[in-house]
Order: sequence, then structure tokens, then C-alpha cells
Amino acid sequence: MTFFEPVIMAAFMGLLVCCVLCLYRIARGPSAPDRMVAIDILGTVVVGFIAILMATSGKAYLLDVALVWAMVSFIGTLALAKHLAGKGLND
Amino acid sequence: MTEILGIAFIAIGVLFDISGCIGLVRLPDVYNRIQASSKCVAAGTSLIIIGSVILVGTAAAAVKGGICIAFILITSSTAAHALAHAAYRSGLKPWTGTIVDKYQEDTDKEAVS
Repeated sequence: MTFFEPVIMAAFMGLLVCCVLCLYRIARGPSAPDRMVAIDILGTVVVGFIAILMATSGKAYLLDVALVWAMVSFIGTLALAKHLAGKGLND
Repeated sequence: MTEILGIAFIAIGVLFDISGCIGLVRLPDVYNRIQASSKCVAAGTSLIIIGSVILVGTAAAAVKGGICIAFILITSSTAAHALAHAAYRSGLKPWTGTIVDKYQEDTDKEAVS
């Protein structure tokens, strides 16, 4: 239990670095697909964040939150891709 | 012993995530960024979930973690494919150093025949 806390803190810091890099790409992205890719990746990184939060708190229901977050992120990405390809949402 | 295993899984997963996000920032065009980041981040997040489930160690966490990993591995590749297709359809040209463009060749062949 002695080395448990610092490694978990380092994992949180690493995921925060990932979030900062994704936000940089969202802000600077030269085109719309760059921003959409970064938003998709940010959603997946947040799922990892929730998983580490579950490991520290020991509450298994947090994985339900992660699953719902992944679903919402996926549907949002698909809707934006349809919009970018110039189609409606029903074809 | 299980703690060491879980922490090792989490550390490897975070390294995968960081390398994927560095690829998202450093690579030259949107197709390279999709190719680098979507696979790395999906694998890294799956490893983080495996490590967290090992650390918690209950049956409910294992079942939910399995469902979550399967969902992420399916939807990440699907979303990356849809994004690349939409980006090409919207007229975004690949990087000037690109060697081969199979999608353009296939559409040309269909237009001729």
C-alpha cells in the first residue's frame, strides 16, 4: 500500500496531460475533422479517467457512468460525421 | 501481488494514452491523426479498465468492465472509419507527402467502368 498512492496520482497526471493535448488540438485544429477526432479521443480518455476513479474509490457503479459516457460520445461523433459528409441524419 | 499487477496494467495503459495524444498533436494531417490516436487510445483505455478491475476485484466490476472494453473496442474503430470517410467526402486533401491514395484510385476506376 506504500507505493499505491503515488502511482495512481501519476496516472491521473498523465491523463490530464492527454486532456491538455486534446484540448490543444481542438483549439488549433485547422479543419473541422481535426476537431472532431480530438473530441472523440477526449471522450475515450475520460472513460479511462472514470476507471481509475473507480479503482481509488472501489465503487463498481462508476463503470456504468463510463459506459454511458462512451455511448454518448460515439453517437455524437457519428452525427457530426454524417453532418460533415453532407447527408441528413436519416440516410 | 494483485495490486502490483493492476498498477502495472494502469501504468502501461496511461503510457499508451499519452503516446496516442502526442500523435494527435504532432502528425501532419487528419488521416494520420486518426490512424495514430484512435487505436492507441482505445488500447490504452482498455488496459486501464483491466487494471482497475484487478485492483477492485469484485464480480460486478469484472462484468461491467468486460462490457465496457468490448464497447470501446467496437465503437472506437467504427467512429474512426466514419470520420475518415466523412473527411474524404467533404473534400479534405491528404498531406502532400502522401505516397498512395487507394480510395481515389477506386473511385476513378468506378467512374470509367
